[in-house]
Amino acid sequence: MSTQLDLVPVKPTTAIVGADDSKRSGRSLWFRMLVNDRVAACAAAVLALVFLTALIGPMLMGHLATHIDLDNSNQAPFTLAHGWANVLGTDPLGRSMLARLIVACQTTLSVAIPAVVISAVVGSVVGMWAGYYRGWRETIAMRVADVIMSFPSLLLAVVVLYVFSPSAANIVLVLAITRIPVYLRTARAESAELSSRIFVDAARTFGASGTSIITRHVLPIVLPTLLTVATLDFCYVMLAESSLSFLGIGIQPPDVSWGLMVAQGRTYLHTAWWLSFFPGLAIVITTVSATILAAWARIATDPAQRWRLTVPQKRLSRFAKTTKALS
Amino acid sequence: MTAVAEHPPAERVDADPALRVEGLTVDIRTITGTVRAVDQVTFAAHRGETLALLGESGCGKSMTATAVVGLLEPVAEVTSGSARLADVDLLAVDRKKRRQMAGTELAIVFQDALTALNPLYTVGTQLAEPFRIHQGMKAKEAKRKAVELMARVGIPQPEERMNSYPHQFSGGMRQRLLIAMAVALNPRVLIADEPTTALDVTVQAQIMALLKSLRSEYDMAVVLITHDLALVAEEADRVAVMYAGSIVETGSVAEVFADPKHPYTKGLLNSVPVNAERGAHLKSIGGAPPDLHSIPKGCVYQARCPLASDVCRSTRPTLQPTGAKRKSACHFPEEVTNV
Amino acid sequence: MSDQERADAHTTTDEPLLSVRDLSKSFRVPGGKGKLSALDGIDLDLARGQTLGLVGESGCGKSTLARTLMMLERPEAGTVRFDGIDPFALRGKDLLKFRRRVQMVFQDPYASLNARMTAGDIIAEPWRTHKGLYKSKADRDMRVRGLLDLVGLGAKAVDKYPQEFSGGQRQRIGIARALALDPDVIICDEPVSALDLSVQAQVLNLLNELQKELKISYVFISHDLSVVRHVADRVAVMYLGRIVENGPTEAVFDTPQHPYTAALVSAAPKLEAAQRGERILLKGEVPSPLNPPSGCRFRTRCWKATDVCAQERPPVALDLKVVGHSAECHHPLTEDQPTLSRTA
Repeated sequence: MSTQLDLVPVKPTTAIVGADDSKRSGRSLWFRMLVNDRVAACAAAVLALVFLTALIGPMLMGHLATHIDLDNSNQAPFTLAHGWANVLGTDPLGRSMLARLIVACQTTLSVAIPAVVISAVVGSVVGMWAGYYRGWRETIAMRVADVIMSFPSLLLAVVVLYVFSPSAANIVLVLAITRIPVYLRTARAESAELSSRIFVDAARTFGASGTSIITRHVLPIVLPTLLTVATLDFCYVMLAESSLSFLGIGIQPPDVSWGLMVAQGRTYLHTAWWLSFFPGLAIVITTVSATILAAWARIATDPAQRWRLTVPQKRLSRFAKTTKALS
Repeated sequence: MTAVAEHPPAERVDADPALRVEGLTVDIRTITGTVRAVDQVTFAAHRGETLALLGESGCGKSMTATAVVGLLEPVAEVTSGSARLADVDLLAVDRKKRRQMAGTELAIVFQDALTALNPLYTVGTQLAEPFRIHQGMKAKEAKRKAVELMARVGIPQPEERMNSYPHQFSGGMRQRLLIAMAVALNPRVLIADEPTTALDVTVQAQIMALLKSLRSEYDMAVVLITHDLALVAEEADRVAVMYAGSIVETGSVAEVFADPKHPYTKGLLNSVPVNAERGAHLKSIGGAPPDLHSIPKGCVYQARCPLASDVCRSTRPTLQPTGAKRKSACHFPEEVTNV
Repeated sequence: MSDQERADAHTTTDEPLLSVRDLSKSFRVPGGKGKLSALDGIDLDLARGQTLGLVGESGCGKSTLARTLMMLERPEAGTVRFDGIDPFALRGKDLLKFRRRVQMVFQDPYASLNARMTAGDIIAEPWRTHKGLYKSKADRDMRVRGLLDLVGLGAKAVDKYPQEFSGGQRQRIGIARALALDPDVIICDEPVSALDLSVQAQVLNLLNELQKELKISYVFISHDLSVVRHVADRVAVMYLGRIVENGPTEAVFDTPQHPYTAALVSAAPKLEAAQRGERILLKGEVPSPLNPPSGCRFRTRCWKATDVCAQERPPVALDLKVVGHSAECHHPLTEDQPTLSRTA
């Protein structure tokens, strides 16, 4: 039985009147979809800038970040009086905030990205495997996840990093392990639901192995959700890293990360607010952009929803308005 | 009065109809423009009689019913037409009046009983509700009436089952409950929207028998919405065939099915595998139902019609009488027998 | 083996292609409620190029039977012989090779296709597991186009996603996918129930043509008796996990032996008045498969039930007039035929 809203066009990818069918694949389609969603396009641009900064920033501004100039300590931002490099202010040692932000970008990303990637990959793979096969595999995986989750993650981090040295690699490992359960549970839940879908049954009928079914059917459908979780987790990891730095077991000076800058600037909140503010802002901007882009990717990778990105934005908002219900 | 063996006497058709729908038009706003889901639909239902709205999915039959009852979704809008019940135009009155008439004059039974019943309340509470709300009965009295009702619709051990929840009943039983709720206040008109589509065939037979007996007991007009031709042939007295939002043929079931005057009706009848030799090619209708966004000028059925010609492409046919008490919207009704 | 070769090879032998004896399957119900007996001693035969119709209402076990024949479930007891081979004894490569011979068309054209794959990918998916069949991409593409052609969809459909097709077209894609491995048997699980009437006729015509051309056997599961009557050579009627009647289609529908079959046939609405008889209304509801009635499972709703029906399993009663028509009943209907068609 069709509902009223089933009257959405049968060929949604040709929602633009006169659009031709042939441009349906290839990079041009993705580019057009990105450009059409202006907010996602901005987010992509911001993220690109952040990555670029992480890659080449330290090469350009590295020396400024470590250049101590006690005469210029704690200078306020938004004035060029102390040189263009100090436009975002200076820290207690007179080092340029802008330069430190740029160098910290690389450190932060080099801790956060591997941590997120490792936990995402391990958690998702185990989760999908457990959810697809169910039975004892599921039980074991969930109990392991429960154990990890019930450990206060910060406590675990403190213990591990205190016993072993707080090197970047150890920090990544600790953060990764504590975040695995989130992916595991999400992946397991979606995988379990998908394993009973009819098209999965169909794949079983021609003898496809569990692994190939997971790769071919489960993974592409679960991926957008995992991507969304990963971007939110990205934010959490950056902040967790800042908590560790605050406790003195995170990134050690003279290395610098956004989290460490936030932690270090805490004591100066009343006097030199910019010390914590700008790194905090950097974290927020990066995570928000990543989240927006993940939401766009979720729609763009779903052929059924793709039409939303090919219709001009103006039409979308007119559709969203509804009249009062007739009664 | 000549009585036809299987259907009630035809003279009731002359009497005032219980529900008269005229020129009902419903538009839906979609992302690519406005779509006309129901186009100038006109029909009448009489007491003691079953009118079937017959059509495939997307033809607008369900939307017609929800428009009459006032349950359209916000993106859909009635742009013209009237639905007169007991001298009141249901589409023009205010919410309060419509609420008064719900259940007492007009009731509707849906396909999916599980989602139509509230899973958190017992069956007894839900059945007693119409009595408490519309007739202001006290709880005890209302419960007693609810038990009576459950017995009437054939639910065994009603006193004990009053305190059960909807999910504890089988599909057929739930449908009986829905019907019970619908007829509780003896409405003038009962609309049944695909009431048995989700049920087994033996249960379907029981439910349709129940509806028939309730119809004569309460002297209701029943509007049966379905896509099942055999069901229409057995249970309905009159039929209105719908296609792409318009009514293409009306008349008594016996006449329309024996001698259809619209190519779509004929095509549907040909598609039913009855008496065809096994493995023989069924004379199906080619193509697919039209995209409601691009309904062509002229007749809605032209793309699939073997009789289509220039006049069909340029002028939309309106419902014209093709006999006593039957109409067809076709430029060549007499040539349908050759299809 | 090309389609033609296979078709030729199979016209020579009389052995049933698929033979099921005493098949049983039950499920454990969580919460300690016991065992749900879904199939209880099923006997079936399917000849080459023939269609076996399977009718029954919800809870009768026809879906479980379909899944077991597709080897998605393992039976607890009983034997299945496909061309003499026991498929449940196969392992590894042999099992994989066997799976090509039995394929399935599903009921829901919306749920049975992965919405993120194009039609071409969906049809070609079986070859990803059976890599030896079409080695080069060009071969595969050509075969996909051939299959699309065979089911009446144009070559342009290759790059389209399922939601760009109507229900009937999606079902055709499902049929093309089932044909991709050149099976001998296709199990059709309510293939037209979710489709509109006009589309239903198109798909039935397609299935008929494919059978004539490719000599495929079908197990056709449906609740719609008129459809089964049109496509099936033989019919088996199921009730609560048992086959209560089995025989050639006309014999089963016109002169049913088992009371349940008679009730089923009389309950189904019929387009032509001449086919309607007295309607038999069964009392009560289908008993729970967790606790099926003793003796004959149908006795709780049967108007002919006597004491012996509760005590003993009903014997197989043969129809003396029609070969191969039997029912399991203590009181088969041959003694007093109900009026199934009016004389006037």
